[in-house]
This record gives sequence, C-alpha cells and structure tokens, in this order.
Amino acid sequence: MSPVELRELVPRVLSVLVRRGADFATAEDAVQEALIRALSAWEADPPSDPEGWLITVSWRAFLDMARADTARRDREDRLGSEPPTGSVPSADDTLRLYFLCAHPDLTPSSAVALTLRAVGGLTTRQIAQAYLVPESTMAQRISRAKRIVGGVGFDRPGDVGTVMRVLYLVFNEGYSGAVDLAAEAIRLARQLATVADDPEVDGLLALMLLHHARRRSRTRPDGGIVPLAEQDRSRWDTGLIAEGVAILQAALARDRLGEYQVQAAIAALHADAPRFEDTDWVQILEWYDELLRFADTPITRLNRAVAVGEADGAPAGLAALAEVEEGIPRRDAVAAHLHERNGDLELAARLYAAAARNAPNLAERDHQTREAARLNQLLRTRDHKS
Amino acid sequence: MAKYLLLKHYRGAPAAVKDVPMDQWTPDEVDAHVRFMHDWVARLEGTGEFVDAQALSPEGVWVRSDSGGRPPVTDGPFAETKDLIAGWMVIDVDSYERAIELAGELSAAPGAGGEPIHEWLEVRPFLAAPSTITE
Repeated sequence: MSPVELRELVPRVLSVLVRRGADFATAEDAVQEALIRALSAWEADPPSDPEGWLITVSWRAFLDMARADTARRDREDRLGSEPPTGSVPSADDTLRLYFLCAHPDLTPSSAVALTLRAVGGLTTRQIAQAYLVPESTMAQRISRAKRIVGGVGFDRPGDVGTVMRVLYLVFNEGYSGAVDLAAEAIRLARQLATVADDPEVDGLLALMLLHHARRRSRTRPDGGIVPLAEQDRSRWDTGLIAEGVAILQAALARDRLGEYQVQAAIAALHADAPRFEDTDWVQILEWYDELLRFADTPITRLNRAVAVGEADGAPAGLAALAEVEEGIPRRDAVAAHLHERNGDLELAARLYAAAARNAPNLAERDHQTREAARLNQLLRTRDHKS
Repeated sequence: MAKYLLLKHYRGAPAAVKDVPMDQWTPDEVDAHVRFMHDWVARLEGTGEFVDAQALSPEGVWVRSDSGGRPPVTDGPFAETKDLIAGWMVIDVDSYERAIELAGELSAAPGAGGEPIHEWLEVRPFLAAPSTITE
C-alpha cells in the first residue's frame, strides 16, 4: 500500500473514532500517531486489513491519550476500553470532516494545515516542510486550530464554499519540495467531489486538473517561468485535459454556474488551442465577463484586460487596463506586455523593469528582468542600425 | 562550525566594479547569472554548508507604534534611507576564512558582458549560543 493509499483511509478512520465517542482533537492526534506507526511498520509487514489495523491502533492510541489525561478520567470510564460496535464511516462523515477543518472561525492558514493533516493524512513534519516553517510552528498552528473547532459539533452542517477556498489555496501554493501540494489538493478535491453534490466542486476539480495538465511546460529546467504563449503544448498532459473537460461539461450541464466553473471554462479554452495563435480569445473574454458577475475583483479585471488585448487588439486592452486600479500585483507586467504589442518598446521596457521590482516571487522577478533585458537589447540594436 | 550571513544590498553598499542595472544586460546574461546563483546554492548544499537563501522585495514600509493606543504609524519607503537589503545567504562553515572565500565567489557572479560583477557583500557572523566550556 502506497503512502497515498494509506492517507486515503485517514478521514474514514478518524470518523470511526469520533462516531465511537472520541473527541475530535484527541482522535485526530491518535490517528496521526497510528499513521506514523503505519508508515514505518507497514513497509516490512503490511497488514491484510489496513483500515482495520488503523482503526485498532488509532483507538488504542486514543485510549492511551485519554488515560494519560487525568482530567478526562470520567469520560474514560464512560467510554470503557471496548469499542462500541456498529460504527461504519459514511460519505457524510467525510464531508463533515471537511466542513470542520475549513470552519469559518479558522484563519486560512490554520484551515489549510488542519485539512492537510486531518483529511489529507499528512504528518505535521510534511506540512511544515511544504510551507517552509519549523515543525514546532506547524504543530502549534494545528493544535490551536483544533482547540478552535473543538467545541463545534461534528454533526453541524457546514459550508462547502469554505472547503473549496481551502483546497484552492493548497493548490495554488503549488510545489515546494517534499510534498506535492498541487497533487494533494487534486486528491482532496476528487474525494470532496464524491461526497458533495455541488457542480462548483466539480468546477474546482476541473480547474485544478486543467492547470495541472500544463505544469510540465510551465517552468524551465532552472525553475524559470515559461509564459503561456511560449509553452511547448506537446508537453501538456492530454489525459488530464480530457478528464478536466469532461468533468466541467457535466458540471455546466447542471446549469448552476459559479466562479470555479467559469475559471475552469477559461482554462479549458486555453487547453483546447493547439497553438497560442489558435486561442479563442473572444469566447474567453465572454467567460471573463461572466466571471465579473461572480467575482468582481481587480485581479479578474486585470486578467480580463489581457483577454481584451488579445481579442480586440492592444489599444482596447490598454483601455480595459485603465479601469484596473494601480498597485495590483502583475499590473505592470500586463501593462508592459500590452504596450509592447502596441509598439511602444521604450515604455514597455521601463514597465517590465518596474514589474521585476514589484514581483511577488523570485521566478517572476527573474522573468520580468529577462523581458526588460530582451526589449532593451532590441532597442540598442535598433538605435545602432538607425 | 559557525554561521555567517552574506548580505546583499540593493542600496547602501559601495558600488560594484561592474555596476550595470540588470535590465540593461542581455537575456542570456540574465540567465547566466540566475544559473550561477542556483549552482552556488546547490554546491553548498552538497558540501553541507548551506543553511538558507532568501530574497526580499525592494518595496517595504516603516512602522512604529503610536502613543495613546492609536493604530501604528506606517510610512515609506523613505527615499533618504541609506540602506536597502536585497537578500541573504546563510552558511554554516568551519572558519571565518571559509566564509570570506565563499562570499568572494558569490561576489564574482557573472553580470553584464558575462564579466564578474565584483559587488560588495556584507559578511556578518551570527551570535551563537554560549559554549559549554568557557574556562
């Protein structure tokens, strides 16, 4: 059994413990304990019934923890040491677990950490490595989060919107080393889609799959960014694209549109173009107009200005950009691109340099510096000739 | 082992020998510089001397608390501020000499025309935990 298959069992096992009367916070610690034991023990000696093994070991770990905590002695007596029978986890339990871990009382970073541990089955160390913080910091973040949701009843209804935002955050964090957060977000979105009846969840899953399909072509071997127009489309994962498109089409057919479905539709139109020149920008622009209805944010307007520039020409794009407030991340980069296409290379070069200064990450900064360098080189050659 | 900070400044350090803004290099020269930095870090990871590498955005603000429980004051970036840190490397090495040697290598990262930039880097020892045996 692979570590991923093992982690698939975590929400079910946790649900069983909670159904048996264990409090969520201690049960979650107990499952984590069992998981860490399984990771080392199973390689040499895999059990015939992995879920049963995990439930037994988690339950014992829970009893040990409850016993060690003298303040909880009363409850320990009440629970006894024999597990009650008849507690079978259901799809609803998994969904409730998602709701609890993405509870609106949690900060986004806490909800992300708790979801990755209690639903995703990642260890605290793995989550800490993925987010580049000390393990003790991540452990504190998770135990604080558990204290906050500790008083929330397991059977309380939740909002699938908060869960989707958490998974979107995990996906967007991408890949930062030991744990592939994008792949993990996709796995959790898949699982969520099987237990939640909401076309927006399918839209989110399709969005992730369609972006993940382009991953290999998005970065150079040295980590540099390859913009969409220059990506080697033969390296896109056609299997993931086909799956994403199929999921999206089924979701759209249910006629309950939302922002994730719209974003997925835009990603699908990009995926559908064999070459950048073949991109159906007119249709993409229509989807951006649709997206504004759901999420009228400066980022949406900025991305829409790019689509306007491609669909109706650089001057129209610049006019659309004028409506986007200053100071938005990547605004200078978009302005530079539109001015370059409009033939104003001097201004474009200055804007690329500004975009490099304001870049939110190193890869983006290097990319914008390279763009500025490219235009300045072009200008030097041109001046030389004239 | 002792830890050292190799500090790179956007502003505030004496001018580099080869002081050309990066956007005036050719794209290939930018690539070569980025590759040099990656390789330098990879090599120190290989020798077991690498601790951390971070780059900072040049955009920042100055904050101080205000009296009377009012919200903090924010301002800046102050144009007249002399020093502006660009980023750092942290290394864990056997000697001061080794720290100087590595800083020298880093300062020679290729720049415009493929020539070494020879920029000034600041090397600062970390104040470590007290040693057990002091007498």
